[in-house]
Amino acid sequence: MTRLITDPNLAAADDIYERLIAMHDGRSVEESLKLSARLNLILLNHIGDRAVAEEAIALAAQSRG
Amino acid sequence: MANVSNIPVWREIGATPPPVAQRETAPVVIVGAGPVGLAMALDLGRRGHRVVVLSQLDFVAAGSKAICFAKRSLDIFDRLGVGDAIVDKGVIWNVGKVFWGDREEPVFQFDMLPVKNQKRPGFINIQQYHVEDRLIAALETLPNVELRWGHRMSGLEQLPEGARAEVETAAGGYSIDADWVIACDGSRSAARDALGLDFEGRVFEDNFLIADVKMMGERPSERWFWFDPPFNPGQSALMHKQPDNVWRLDFQLGWNIDRAAAVKPENVDPLVRAMLGDDVAYEQEWYSVYTFQCRRMERFVHDRVIFAGDSAHLVSPFGARGCNGGMADVDNLGWKLDLILRGEAGADLLESYDAEAITIADENILNSSRSTDFMTPKSAASRIYRDAVLELASEVPFARPFVNSGRLSTAVALPESPLNTPDADDWTGGGVAPGWPALDAPIGDAWLLERLGRGFVLLADRDPGIAGIETIVAGADDDLLRARYALAPGAAYLIRPDSYVCARWHAPDEAAIRAALIRAKGN
Repeated sequence: MTRLITDPNLAAADDIYERLIAMHDGRSVEESLKLSARLNLILLNHIGDRAVAEEAIALAAQSRG
Repeated sequence: MANVSNIPVWREIGATPPPVAQRETAPVVIVGAGPVGLAMALDLGRRGHRVVVLSQLDFVAAGSKAICFAKRSLDIFDRLGVGDAIVDKGVIWNVGKVFWGDREEPVFQFDMLPVKNQKRPGFINIQQYHVEDRLIAALETLPNVELRWGHRMSGLEQLPEGARAEVETAAGGYSIDADWVIACDGSRSAARDALGLDFEGRVFEDNFLIADVKMMGERPSERWFWFDPPFNPGQSALMHKQPDNVWRLDFQLGWNIDRAAAVKPENVDPLVRAMLGDDVAYEQEWYSVYTFQCRRMERFVHDRVIFAGDSAHLVSPFGARGCNGGMADVDNLGWKLDLILRGEAGADLLESYDAEAITIADENILNSSRSTDFMTPKSAASRIYRDAVLELASEVPFARPFVNSGRLSTAVALPESPLNTPDADDWTGGGVAPGWPALDAPIGDAWLLERLGRGFVLLADRDPGIAGIETIVAGADDDLLRARYALAPGAAYLIRPDSYVCARWHAPDEAAIRAALIRAKGN
């Protein structure tokens, strides 16, 4: 069974991170939230695995912020 | 003259005189003559039982109530002998379209009958009073069913082997000791109150305006739903065709509104014209504002009092799961109470009604709560996600299944039911698993579902020769039927009277079939 990958799995992490932040340049918090929502939905569909998606949501929800 | 003044009248019937005896007995008393109570009476009446129906009203009520009847309910109406009368009057539809903002193309579209070649369509729309009229006409042909109009149940108490209903009429009161009382008396159930029972759930803070209007002109008989349309900005709207050139228009209004003002024609008119055009010619049929709740009783069976329909469970209207959910209760309860009344099953069988009807109600509540949360987001993030889904749905296909304007009623599967015999054979080739409703298919010149519904039935590739069980053998040319049931040589299905599959085998022997039958009867 596929599980959520929690070890480093992405080459060029700095490049992707830069693209992710650049997406929000000049946006209000509300606009940014909508872009993040779009991205989350796109990625969840790409993952295409309910169990992995639920693990990812649970991990994200652990934030104490 | 109608006996209750604040409810609109569709058709006067007139009060039934009270019985001569002050105290009566009856095997079954049904409280309530809405579609659920009437269908329940028809189910038990057609099975030969004596049934008394108590209706507080002495007329058939008009007004905006259920209009969308799902395929499963139509299959049940067929079983009750009123399918054609109801479908012939209704407006058939299968397709729903969802629009967003001022975009002319739908962002999402669904088909309520993805599997074609079945007798009945995905849905029909028909006013509740037309359904009630047809159920009443069928009941009036049964000498063993008494419809009592203007008879209000004023009290209910449990007895050791039954329940006593106190009844009031304009011409005096009386009581009936019933072996069984079925409470089909709606969301404000007097039976539930009389027994002091719970009704837990969520109330949603939103108001919706129903404007049923009569207008001429051709528009498609599809369910059209809008999020944030230009004619009702920031809210939702719905348009749906009914018989007699009546259209159901539904506008979300928000929470803090003047409900009395909202239904005044001068306030409804701008909404109607904004939706349909300034020059539209229409007449008011019925306006009302509704709010809704999702809730259910903890149990539906309380000794000799059984709850069915809105008395037991309430949902928001967006999945058409209210009346259709009630019809599922009727379907589930009818054959079980029939077996109990005949002494062929113990009262324990009703535990399976409690379990199965609650499974169905929970699925209906879950779906209608989710639809409501999508339509009326409860947080800023929820609204932003909703809008992100709608935006993405207009751009890329993957997001369309997230769009939730109502997950419309279909038959609910009961895979966990204790009445099922789990598969012992390998059915990875397909078919219909135990706990799933039988899928319709052509058989000879007829339909499979037309041949189900009276008792337990074996659907078989070839006749296994089991005495005492009606057997339907698939014809050599019934390819679609054979494919839908993965009916390999020697295979057989056991199907319940409510058309649910409860067991299946590649090559059954008589002992296996008899054991499955005993299990399905709750023994």
